[in-house]
Amino acid sequence: MREKQIDKLKDYKYGFTTDIENIRAPKGLNKEVIEFISKAKKEPKWMLDWRMKAFERLKNLKEPNWQKPKYPKIDYQDIYYYSAPKSASEKPKSIDELDPKLLETYKKLGIPLQEQQRLNGIAVDAVFDSVSVATTFKDKLNEVGVIFCSISEAIQKHPGLVKKYLGSVIPLTDHYFATLNSAVFTDGSFVYIPSGVKCPMELSTYFRINASQTGQFERTLIIADKGSYVSYLEGCTAPMRDENQLHAANVELVALDNAEIKYSTVQNWYPGDENGKGGIYNFVTKRGLCKGTNSKISWTQVETGSAITWKYPSCILQGDNSIGEFYSIAITNNHQKADTGTKMIHLGKNTKSKIISKGISAGFSDMTYRGLVDISSKAKNSRNYTQCDSLLMGNKCGAHTVPYIKNKNPESNIAHEATTSKISEEQLHYCQQRGLNPEEAVGLIVNGFCKEVLQQLPMEFAVEAQKLVGISLEGSVG
Amino acid sequence: MEEQLKIDFEKLLETSNFSKKNVEIKRKNFENFIEKGFPNRREENWKFSDLNQIISKNIKNLSFYNDLSKPNKIDQSIFIDGLEHNKLVFVNGRIEKIEFDYEEKNKIEILDDLVLEKSNNANNSLLFLNNAFVNKYFKLIVKKNYSLKKPLVIYNITNKDLISKSINLKVNISLEENSSLKLIEFFNDRSITNFININYNFDIQKNSILKNYKIDNNSNSNIKYSFSNINQDSNSVSEIFLLSSGSEFIKNEINCNLNGKYASAFVNGVFILDETKHHEIKTNINHLAENTKSYQLIKGVLEDTSKAVYQGKIFVDSKAQKTDGYQLSKAILLNDNTEFNAKPELEIYADDVKCSHGSASGSLNEDSIFYLMSRGLNYQEAKKLLINGFLLDVVEKITDSEIKNLIKNIMSLKQ
Repeated sequence: MREKQIDKLKDYKYGFTTDIENIRAPKGLNKEVIEFISKAKKEPKWMLDWRMKAFERLKNLKEPNWQKPKYPKIDYQDIYYYSAPKSASEKPKSIDELDPKLLETYKKLGIPLQEQQRLNGIAVDAVFDSVSVATTFKDKLNEVGVIFCSISEAIQKHPGLVKKYLGSVIPLTDHYFATLNSAVFTDGSFVYIPSGVKCPMELSTYFRINASQTGQFERTLIIADKGSYVSYLEGCTAPMRDENQLHAANVELVALDNAEIKYSTVQNWYPGDENGKGGIYNFVTKRGLCKGTNSKISWTQVETGSAITWKYPSCILQGDNSIGEFYSIAITNNHQKADTGTKMIHLGKNTKSKIISKGISAGFSDMTYRGLVDISSKAKNSRNYTQCDSLLMGNKCGAHTVPYIKNKNPESNIAHEATTSKISEEQLHYCQQRGLNPEEAVGLIVNGFCKEVLQQLPMEFAVEAQKLVGISLEGSVG
Repeated sequence: MEEQLKIDFEKLLETSNFSKKNVEIKRKNFENFIEKGFPNRREENWKFSDLNQIISKNIKNLSFYNDLSKPNKIDQSIFIDGLEHNKLVFVNGRIEKIEFDYEEKNKIEILDDLVLEKSNNANNSLLFLNNAFVNKYFKLIVKKNYSLKKPLVIYNITNKDLISKSINLKVNISLEENSSLKLIEFFNDRSITNFININYNFDIQKNSILKNYKIDNNSNSNIKYSFSNINQDSNSVSEIFLLSSGSEFIKNEINCNLNGKYASAFVNGVFILDETKHHEIKTNINHLAENTKSYQLIKGVLEDTSKAVYQGKIFVDSKAQKTDGYQLSKAILLNDNTEFNAKPELEIYADDVKCSHGSASGSLNEDSIFYLMSRGLNYQEAKKLLINGFLLDVVEKITDSEIKNLIKNIMSLKQ
């Protein structure tokens, strides 16, 4: 039995659970639970009102059903919407006071919070189940005026900023999962980069779902004020469980004049076992607003986990000369399903967008690239370039491309390309001739296929991502 | 509208003598249509063209009953000149002439008293409408080993007597083994604001070739929907060319099933639009067997406030290894208020395939215009030359040289 478990862990090394006492809100979705969450977070009244408004709205909304991967109906009353490590209810002042078990967990995840304090590196905000448990490097960030904290802290300490920007990119009324998140979101990260500041280090959040039967609904808000720059990393893992868990996060980015935000994700939620049992439903809304002129938002994602991934990190290019970029690698194996892509909405003049998407499907999986490029009649002289390539391994999997291209402006140019292919026998032969085994050969070729995107990742992530690409495809050859 | 539909439907049943079986099928289809109504943008297929809205905006008091008891005069002057051809002439939805002067009589069979076949396209409400209201539907059979000597032209003529009517036509064409047919579908409309709904079903058997050219070139205010369903057996070839230019609205939908090995399909199309015209081409190429091939090229030139939509889908079944699928759509927008929407879609379940698609839209290349003007052309001439070259690319794909020249003449393209 134990051996079996160890065996399993080999496939998904983040599959462990941590025994930590949890405080949970009662199961189900209702007014009381929302009040409970709001109270637990010591939120001001305006925040509770905001949540209630979303909840009211939710009653009139239906789940969208146009996506390719179908899933069994989710019983929203059978989910815990709030789960917090007990020790965190009295929030520790510094990392040394954290529950050692928690620290242990993060160590296993490869995020030694304590070491981070000392090493010059990345500032980390760790979100465990529903609450942010630790944020490192506060002092150094404070020096330059960067605010990097959990969103619940921001609601209390920086209500002006939160009030102004929360929901400004993803409105309360957007769609079912976004509205659900607005009603019940528990925590997440908040970043504010003051005008003219180039954030001195990479900011990073690790999300972890630990408790069973919980959904994770975090909310991230990043504001880059005039002329500032920030690079933000996000990583996610969850224990292996037989049940499907829902993850419905909202991420909002706002870039003002001349600001730049670079957002990278390595998503490695538990994908379910090889028979497709269990795994995370990753239904995430990510949207960036290039509000000011010359602003830039760049999304990079490596999607290897989750039973179902359904997300479209988007850019609204409102400011003149603004730039949106989307680089994506999505890998599905076994029974995983992904429907992912982006939206580039060109509103301002001279706006540019670039989409590079690489999809790899193996086993019995299904992968869809779905993207929208919309150039409005006011977006004079704007440009878009889209390239989406898919790689298929075996004839039990599927790869699909569904781009929507709308052009209302004669001075704008859109170019779209897509190809679908398999790994050629010659390439495999060449690698094997030089001593690689078939699996290594496939790993190498796939990494080459993804190179354009991997290059966009910050160094620390790129190494991890490359390994992840290899691991995700294990057992898919032959 | 529902009230009108019911009255007109009963009137149709009263005045015609359909077989009992057909009445039953018609009723079923009618009920299905009543339930679904005209498609609107909530349906993925009609996302870019809301037919329900287009009809209610353009046609006042649409009526569905069309009196076919009296013959219509055929205006001979619209027949294609300088091309010997066989004729099938519809005027205002009534068949007026069937003429196969150039062919051997026993090699072609035309049936018109048929039981309606069940449509397998369960979601298409316009096919329900078509089945419910179509009066007489024709089946043309080209016998084994016979190639038609001359092209067949189906004339779809409407004259001034026709106002705010819904016309439904259905023609099934079956090409038996080793046969071939060149088919030109020619629209000539002098009527105003009608809804014309045409359904073709092609059955192309082994080693047969279908060449189908649809020409909608003269400007008119009608709303049209044309659905062609093509089934192809092994080693068969279908070639389709669409000239989409005349009607206020037309959606050409092509569903092509490549059922047999080495079957291939070519779909090429041209949009030339001005004023408030809104045209759509929607293709579904289903690769269902090994070694099948499809090629699609669509180009558009848009002026004034016109709008063109191209939705192209390549589906590859897991059995269809060695598929080769290609799709390219390009548009030139000449005006601030024009719009080009594309949805080139790939759905692939086999790994040993070569599929690609591309889409591009934008304005005329200023450098090219400058080049031509520096050689003495004025702006208008330079523009015209570039547009002609852009469109000629598609017309050159036509494999029948006689028809290619005819279409070049119609489009006034010179080489």
